[in-house]
Amino acid sequence: MSDITQSNAPGQHYPPGEHPDLPPPPGTVGAIGWLRNNLFSSIPNTILTLLAIYFLVVSIPPVLDWVYFEADFEGASRTDCTSAGACWALIDVRLKQYLFGLYPSDELWRVYVAGLVLALAVLPVLFDKIPFRKILLVNTLLLPITGFYLLSGTGSGPDAWLTTVETPQWGGLLLTLVIGVTGIVASLPIGVALALGRRSNMPVVRAMCVTFIEFVRGVPLITILFMSSVMVPLFLPEGVNFDKLLRCLIGVSLFSAAYMAEVIRGGLQAIPKGQYEAASAMGLSFWKMMYLIILPQALRIVIPGIVNTFIGLFKDTSLVLIIGLFDLLGIAKTVITDANWIGLSHESYAFVAVIYWVFCFGMSRYSIWLEAKLHTGHKR
Amino acid sequence: MATQSIDGPKRGSLLSDQRTRAIVFQALAFFLVAVFFIYIGTNTARNLEALGISTGFGFLDSPAGYDVAMSLIPYTATDTHGRVFFVGLLNTLSVAVTGIIAATILGVILGVLRLSKNWLVSKLVYWYVEVVRNVPLLLQILFWYGVLLGLPRVRDAIPVFETMFLSNRGFYLPRPVPGDGIGLIIIAFFVAVIAIPIIARAARKRQEQTGQIFPVFWTSAALIIGLPALAAIVTGFPLTFDYPEKGGFNFKGGMVLRPEFVALWFSLSIYTAGFIAEIVRAGIQAVSHGQTEAAFSLGLKPNWTMRMIVLPQALRVIVPPLTSQYLNLTKNSSLAIAIGYPDLVSTFGGTSLNQTGQAIEIIMMTMLVYLTISLLISMLMNYYNKRIALVER
Repeated sequence: MSDITQSNAPGQHYPPGEHPDLPPPPGTVGAIGWLRNNLFSSIPNTILTLLAIYFLVVSIPPVLDWVYFEADFEGASRTDCTSAGACWALIDVRLKQYLFGLYPSDELWRVYVAGLVLALAVLPVLFDKIPFRKILLVNTLLLPITGFYLLSGTGSGPDAWLTTVETPQWGGLLLTLVIGVTGIVASLPIGVALALGRRSNMPVVRAMCVTFIEFVRGVPLITILFMSSVMVPLFLPEGVNFDKLLRCLIGVSLFSAAYMAEVIRGGLQAIPKGQYEAASAMGLSFWKMMYLIILPQALRIVIPGIVNTFIGLFKDTSLVLIIGLFDLLGIAKTVITDANWIGLSHESYAFVAVIYWVFCFGMSRYSIWLEAKLHTGHKR
Repeated sequence: MATQSIDGPKRGSLLSDQRTRAIVFQALAFFLVAVFFIYIGTNTARNLEALGISTGFGFLDSPAGYDVAMSLIPYTATDTHGRVFFVGLLNTLSVAVTGIIAATILGVILGVLRLSKNWLVSKLVYWYVEVVRNVPLLLQILFWYGVLLGLPRVRDAIPVFETMFLSNRGFYLPRPVPGDGIGLIIIAFFVAVIAIPIIARAARKRQEQTGQIFPVFWTSAALIIGLPALAAIVTGFPLTFDYPEKGGFNFKGGMVLRPEFVALWFSLSIYTAGFIAEIVRAGIQAVSHGQTEAAFSLGLKPNWTMRMIVLPQALRVIVPPLTSQYLNLTKNSSLAIAIGYPDLVSTFGGTSLNQTGQAIEIIMMTMLVYLTISLLISMLMNYYNKRIALVER
C-alpha cells in the first residue's frame, strides 16, 4: 500500500483518499495526443499517414489549379479560354440548356413555378414538424396533375391558357427530375403491390409477381429501355402511338418497382407473425390489416433501403440518353459536340457530376438522419 | 363437425367465403394477364406483317456485314449474326470478369482501410466512397473515356517503363510470344492451383487433430510462383515478348487495350469497388466485439484473430450483398453501348437489330443471356452461402 503511494508521488505521503489528481502525461492529450493516437500510433500507421499526405500533396494542388486558379470563367467560345485550367465559360453560356434543355424561353416561368410546387410538395414528406403540413400535403397529392399541366400545357393555339410544350423540348435537369420524381412516385405503390403479391397465399398471384420481379432484376435497365423504345411500338395497334418520354417513364418505373418490391418484402418479413395474427383476431380485413398495422411498421424498417433504391433510380435516369432523350447527362454529352466548345468534355461532365452528387449525397444524408430519428426507443 | 366450425359458417354467401374469393380473384388476374398478352401478340403479328418482317431465327445465319472493333474469336464482316452474338457475349464476359477481379481487390483493400485507426486514411476512403457511389456510372464512364481520348496522339505517346505506351488510340503493351516448352509452365501453374486446396485441407485436418498450425498462405504463394518459375528455368525461359514500336501513324507489334475497353473496365471497377468497400466494412463491423475480446483473452495474436475469428464470420455477412454487386457489374457492363465498346448489347442488340429489324428475337435473346448469367451466379452463391451458413441447433 505504502509502496504504491510512494511510487506515485515520491517523498510525499497523503492520507488515504486525499491524493490530488495528477495531470495526464504530456503527449496523451490535446492536439499532440490526438495526432499520436490517430495518425502515428505505430510504424505501419505512420507509413500510411505519410503515404496519404504525399497523395494529397501531389493530387490536390493541380486539381485546384484546374478548377479555379488557372481557369477561365468568361468567354463566347473555346478560343476565349487562354489559360491552362478549365474553361467554365461553356457552363456560363450554356447554363439554360443544362437546366431546361430546349424548353422555350418565354415559357420558362412555368418550369420555375413547377419547381416551387415540387419543393413545397417534397417538404411535408421529408419533415413532419413543419407548419401548414396538412395544406402542403394536399399540394403533394395534386403534384402529378399540377406538374403535368404546368410543364406540358393545356393546349395549342393562341387562346390556350398554357401553350403546349412537346416533350422532345424538355431536357437537362428538368427532364432528369421529371423522370426521377415520376419513377419515385410510381415505383413505391407498385413495389408495395408486388411485395404483397409475392407474400400472398394465392399461388397464381405469387407466381406472376415472382416471375416479374426476378425477370426485371435479372436484366440490365438498358435492355428494358430498348424494349420500351423499340418493342412497345410493335405491341400497340396501328395508329396508336405513345410519347417516347412516357414509354421511358413506364420502363424506369417498372424497373425500380421490382427492386423496391424486394426491399419492402424484407420489411414485411421482419414483422413478427404475432402482428398479423393479432390484426386478424381483431377482425380486420386484409387491406385494413396491411394499411393500419403491417405496412406502417414494415416501411419504417426499410426506409434506408427505400432511399437507396431512390438514389439508384436517380442515377439510372442518366441511361435515357442512350435511347435519345436529352437529360442532364445527355445535354452534357451533346453540348461538347458544338464546334465552339468541342473537346471540353472534362468541364461539362464535371459540372453535371456535381449536380448529380449533390442530389444523391443529400438523399443519403437524409436517410441517415431519418434512421437516427426513427430509432429512438425501439433500438434493440 | 369440428372442421366445419373452423372453416366458417356454412350459410354465408359464396362471396364472403375466403377460398372462393381467392379462386375467383386468381382466375380474374390470370384472365387479365392472358388477355393482355394475347392482345399484344395479335398486334405485334399484324404490325410485323405490315412492316414485312418475318419472325424467326433465320437471321442468325445471314451475314452480318459489319466490322467489330474487338473480338476474342476470329471474326470478319462476312460472318453471320449468330457469330456476332458470340463475339459480343465474349466481350461482355471479358470486361465483366476482369472488372469483378479488380473491383474485389480494390474494394476489400478500401473496406479494410476505412476501418483503419488512421484518421486521415479512413477519411480519404470515406470521401472516395461517397464521391464514387453518388455519381451515375454512365457519367463516370463517359468522363474517363473523355480523359483517355484526351491523351497524346500516337506520335507523342507517353512511355511507361520504356516498353508500354499510353496514347489516345489505346494502351500499348508487349505481347507475350510463347516458345517451345511453354506447355510445361502452364502445367506447373495448374499443378500449383490444384495442390493448394489439398494442402489447405491437410493443414486444417492437422490443426484440428494436433493444434499445430501450418503456414498455408506462404506455402501457396511459394507454390504458385515457384513451380512455374522452376519450369521456366528448366525449359530455358521459352516466353519472349513482342514489344510495340512506334510506326508512322500507329504502333507496330505488341498488343493494344482499346480506350473503350480501358474506360469501361476502369469505371466499372472503381464504381463497384466503392460499394464493395462499404459491404466489407459493414461485414467486419457486424462481427460482435465480444468475439474479438474472447479471442484476445484466449491469447490469439491480432492477425490470427482477424484470420481465424473475425473474417470467417464476416464472410457470412459479406457474401450475399457481394454477389449482387457482381451481378450489378455484369449488368452495368451493358453501358458499353454509350462509348462504343463492342459488347453484347451494342453489337448484337444494337447494330444487328438495326440491320435486321428483328427487335423481338434480338432483345429477347439479349435479355435471356443476362437472365442466365444472373441465375447461374446466384445459384453458385446460394450453394456457397449454404456451405458457410451458421450451423444452429
